[in-house]
Amino acid sequence: MTTASILDIQDLSVEIPTDSATLKAVRGISLDLKRGETLGIVGESGSGKSMTALAIMNLLPPSARRAAACINFDGSDLTHSGERELATKVRGQRIGMIFQEPMTSLNPVYSIGRQLTETMTLHRNVSGAEAEQRAIQLLEKVGLPDPASRLKQYPHELSGGQRQRVMIAMALMNEPELLIADEPTTALDVTIQAQILYLLQDLQKELGMSMILITHDLGVVSRSADKIAVMYAGDIVETGTAEEVLRNPQHPYTQGLLECVPGYRGNDAHRLGSIPGIVPSMTGTIRGCAFASRCPRAVDACKTDLPPRKQLGPGRTYVCHDPDATRNQATFGAEEAANEVAVELPKTPGDTVLTVDSVSCTFSVRRGLFGKRKSLKALDTVNLDIRKGEVLALVGESGCGKTTLSRTIMGLQQPDTGSVSLGQHEISTLPAGQRARMIQPIFQDPYSSLNPRKTIGDIIGRPLVVNRIGSKSEQLAKVHKMMEHVGLPRRVFNSYPDQLSGGQRQRAAIGRALIMDPEIVICDEPTSALDVSVQAQILNLLLDLRDELDLTYLFVTHDLSVVQHMADRVAVMYLGEIVECGDRSQVLSNPKHPYTSALLDSALSISPDLSVPAPGLSGEFPNPMNRPSGCPFHPRCPVAEQQCREEVPKPEIIDTTFVKCWKARTFSHQAKHQ
Amino acid sequence: MLNYVLRRGFMALLVALTVSFGTFALFHFATDPAQTIAGEDAPQEMVDEIREQYGFDRPVLVQYGDWLGGVLQGDFGKSYFWKQQVVELIQEHAKVTILLALSALMVTVAIALPLGISAALKPNSWVDRLALSTAVSAQAIPNFWLGLMFIILFAVTFPIFPVSGDATWKHYVLPSLVLGASSVPAVMRLTRTGLLDVLSSDYIRTARAKGFMGYRLILQQAMRNALLPIVSVLAVQLGHKLGGSVVTESVFSMNGLGRLAVESIFNSDIPTVQSLILIFVLTFVLLTLAADLINAWLDPRIRMG
Repeated sequence: MTTASILDIQDLSVEIPTDSATLKAVRGISLDLKRGETLGIVGESGSGKSMTALAIMNLLPPSARRAAACINFDGSDLTHSGERELATKVRGQRIGMIFQEPMTSLNPVYSIGRQLTETMTLHRNVSGAEAEQRAIQLLEKVGLPDPASRLKQYPHELSGGQRQRVMIAMALMNEPELLIADEPTTALDVTIQAQILYLLQDLQKELGMSMILITHDLGVVSRSADKIAVMYAGDIVETGTAEEVLRNPQHPYTQGLLECVPGYRGNDAHRLGSIPGIVPSMTGTIRGCAFASRCPRAVDACKTDLPPRKQLGPGRTYVCHDPDATRNQATFGAEEAANEVAVELPKTPGDTVLTVDSVSCTFSVRRGLFGKRKSLKALDTVNLDIRKGEVLALVGESGCGKTTLSRTIMGLQQPDTGSVSLGQHEISTLPAGQRARMIQPIFQDPYSSLNPRKTIGDIIGRPLVVNRIGSKSEQLAKVHKMMEHVGLPRRVFNSYPDQLSGGQRQRAAIGRALIMDPEIVICDEPTSALDVSVQAQILNLLLDLRDELDLTYLFVTHDLSVVQHMADRVAVMYLGEIVECGDRSQVLSNPKHPYTSALLDSALSISPDLSVPAPGLSGEFPNPMNRPSGCPFHPRCPVAEQQCREEVPKPEIIDTTFVKCWKARTFSHQAKHQ
Repeated sequence: MLNYVLRRGFMALLVALTVSFGTFALFHFATDPAQTIAGEDAPQEMVDEIREQYGFDRPVLVQYGDWLGGVLQGDFGKSYFWKQQVVELIQEHAKVTILLALSALMVTVAIALPLGISAALKPNSWVDRLALSTAVSAQAIPNFWLGLMFIILFAVTFPIFPVSGDATWKHYVLPSLVLGASSVPAVMRLTRTGLLDVLSSDYIRTARAKGFMGYRLILQQAMRNALLPIVSVLAVQLGHKLGGSVVTESVFSMNGLGRLAVESIFNSDIPTVQSLILIFVLTFVLLTLAADLINAWLDPRIRMG
């Protein structure tokens, strides 16, 4: 690695004028990136990470204003380059960029081939055939099977993971010296995320590229980045090598972020750390430290004086008053955590409250008017029971049938065969009102699951009104009590959802679900749309409420660190089947199914000394319309044999764990890693 | 793709038949065709005789089937009022209307697209304001008034073009401008907002990050996406022009289908009106179909969906 800087940014600011005030999205940051290095920029949404990335090549939205002392890219200052010079000499040529949303970042009306080749023919004097050759090479390199025929396909024919690979190939067409990747894996499944990160890491080594990796995921950044810059409210508050920043964080914000990550405090901690409040929007004159209002160590000076940038070593800085008075003060609810450990009692399994009995669900899909009807088996003889007071996690990649199963359990989807029963009653025979009283959902996206035209009070109380429970005043009292339970201040009773933060909205959604006193709450990815600090608050809240109100959760998620933190038992789904189900400790530390084991490998915990592991799963999640024969997992399975290809595995119970795999008795997760 | 064409074609046919049967039935319940033919003061026996002779006493469905059977063989019946074969009548008038509609469409496209594109490229600039105020005024000005003003200005004060009629190409200039102007606001606005939407999309950001800028960004990346809604609206506008340019045809005294329709309605000339309605509906439906097909060609998601 040479020591020459490829990118040197000094005092970069981005301002966005709005109707009421000017928002300071990026506030005078400086960055330095050496050749061949990877810089990770981390921070919550609204911290200014993406604006920083867009500002480098001046791709900001038209209303934004950029100012910088210099943006030195390989010796030339990009601040002096006009639009034409940037477009013809830098963008797509020397600096490539990958965006967050693979679903919308490719032009829907042009073929993959055209979008790849034009990147090259636009800048260089090459023939179409040469560009096509290069496109095929790159598609092969990013791991898309059958690249030549991909060129004729259109974006909508590809899955999210495939599109992101095309985006990467597109960014690499002209062999850029610098690659800026803005949340390249956020929208993808963990298995695909691991594949893409591994691929980027590999390509970077091979091509000697420098990379800026922007992410909110500390696990991702810990594995991929050499250096880390932590952003908060438009400023870089801490920098250093990945090792230094993650092992020995200096800024209270960095510490707080780490505390919020499930698993960081150790798996036994009952509560996650959390950062109270939200990122303030930076308008007007800024006084004091932007983090002061959320910081547990803040003293008076923090609120009035701008914090100094302290240098600990070359490239190791942090911006904080670092008051001596609060130096050893416990941070972010750690004292609670200490108290909680004693409280946790070994749980005795409760009675079964809900039984899913060999439920199958097949959808009939037809393409076109005269197309053949094809059946899509969404659920295949699923057996599951949920016990009183437990958290049962349902894990799997997108398309595995998690949502169909939760819909079936809620009674919103009729199974073809089998039944779901709640206590003595079969769900499908219950009237809708009674069903709703027993099972309530919390959805993933608090931005779209709350009616924007109703006030928060209305939304939370709505189930009571619909089911005519109690008088007006009783309903009102219940709503107020519920708002207190879920930690919503009284003043938001008359607010509308768009006036609330994401975390508050999810609290309202939880309140709405709980106001009916349901037996079972189905949480469908309740935190995956939220920032890590907010996720921590919500997870803490869900666990507290379970203890207070004696609730039972079915927790649908793809995030294994959340499972590790929340679940008592885990069920792993693959292509409409439950392939493994058992106690959390059993399933997560000693998985019996190779799929569970692969999922665990893909989950990136915070460990700066490790890199992204080579993906344990080959290929993508298969199309449920073309189910593989035998064990549906066999095409991706590292240990599959002839029997797996031919015969459907029999379910069996090994050490109290349910598993469906021919190799379960011989497969060992640990052995794989030795 | 073939599947798509067949499906859309089938739907189009269904719509056309439904509308034409609806109007056919309405006419038969609302008016008494026998009375119309016989005249207001004809004796009851004569009316009854005509009713029997023409078969008006049969069920509506049978009459409709009968008429439709004729239509399929090119026989649209004979006009009660013009005392002429309906086919001939329509042939005579259609030429004027088609010429007028097509030239008006060209006027619309020539004004609305460039204006919409330049407005979208520089939102809130003077071009944008000019485009929007043009749109608002064009929407507010009634067609007949604009027509009269054009006649006063370009035919009377400065006699560049003839006042009325449909004999030469010169006769078509003013009516095309008037008829074309009426569609400018809708198309212009759609071009502007559509293109603005596309320009703020993620894939245009990707294209810019790849090094696209200026006219290449618009033409090679954005335009095809923005065209989809414009094609649909243009088809509808052309349908309106082919079917209902009654006002413009009247102001400029052009013998088009619009005027034929109005006069036939005034004279309760059922065979002509029915035939015209069938033709208008078919035109509309076929144009929408054509727009769908063009859009399917432009957008692979429609084509393969």
